[in-house]
Amino acid sequence: MNHSIFRLTLPILFGYLPLGMTFGILFVGQLDYAWWIAPLMGLIIYAGAGQILAIGLLAAHAGLLEVFVAMAVLNARHLFYGLSLLGQFQGAGWRKPYLIFGLTDETYSLLTSRERSGSREEEQRTDFLITLYNQVYWLIGCATGAWLGSALTFDSTGMEFALIALFIVLAIEQYKALGEQKPLWMGALCAGAGILLLPAAHQLIGAIALVTGALLLEYLQARTPTAPEEYRHG
Amino acid sequence: MAESYYLAAFIAVAALATFATRVTPFLFLSRHSDHPLMKHLGKYLPAAVMALLVTIFLARAADWSAPAFGANALIPSALVAILHLWQRNALLSIIAGTASYMLIQQFPG
Repeated sequence: MNHSIFRLTLPILFGYLPLGMTFGILFVGQLDYAWWIAPLMGLIIYAGAGQILAIGLLAAHAGLLEVFVAMAVLNARHLFYGLSLLGQFQGAGWRKPYLIFGLTDETYSLLTSRERSGSREEEQRTDFLITLYNQVYWLIGCATGAWLGSALTFDSTGMEFALIALFIVLAIEQYKALGEQKPLWMGALCAGAGILLLPAAHQLIGAIALVTGALLLEYLQARTPTAPEEYRHG
Repeated sequence: MAESYYLAAFIAVAALATFATRVTPFLFLSRHSDHPLMKHLGKYLPAAVMALLVTIFLARAADWSAPAFGANALIPSALVAILHLWQRNALLSIIAGTASYMLIQQFPG
């Protein structure tokens, strides 16, 4: 057990246990499959919101093409996550496929906000362990929830709020790491625009495209000829 | 038996779709990781995306009709934010927020 990594991943542990349990409880409550399928999905799919969506798709016996499209659209925000870590994961060798596989919202947030002081290889080893620890927490949560849900009756209404509480904690951690409020307001505003203008199914991806566009504009503005010299080197 | 095949295929397809979204930037953009635009997005996008996720999921968890006007989710969220800014203890923030939301949902009024 690596203590510094354990401490670093504690916020994820406290988010993933209740959230994984929520998934497990919903899984056995709504479907007729064996309880251990829940942690198996956590092992192979490994997506928080995605797995909760998958319960509804399984219950509806959705076609496989529909499953692919629905999961890809819900997870489309991940298309943008890699952008922040392209350099960080460069040359990570055999660890790289797993680092990419394990890039959930929460792992992404932790990897992009933590302090880095060692060599790149050292930091990649740390990133790998963080990713691994986080998935283990998720698996424990999924298994415990599925087992609990099949062993006893328990009113889990409202437990899904753990996802929101976790995102709030992560947003505050991002703010503390960055020292700037502006990107938080940009994100909230673009989300508000998405909620008002788009149907529920497209809000997430629409808002992310919008905020990426806004950041792109901000970047282009900083690069105009009136900007300081240092911005103009590409 | 057909049911097991469906479940296995379902999990494989869901896993493939999820991994595809995560690996795409690494396949197509890795040569541009030093570009200042990539650095700009890499620096600011994480914070923006977290605030965005909070806003979208919060809007869905809240009951916007009278008499709640969203308070059922806004009060637990404010509790999480205040506790976390004050104590910076993730366990405390998440458990207090989730428990208060569950209480409000299960015992309304």
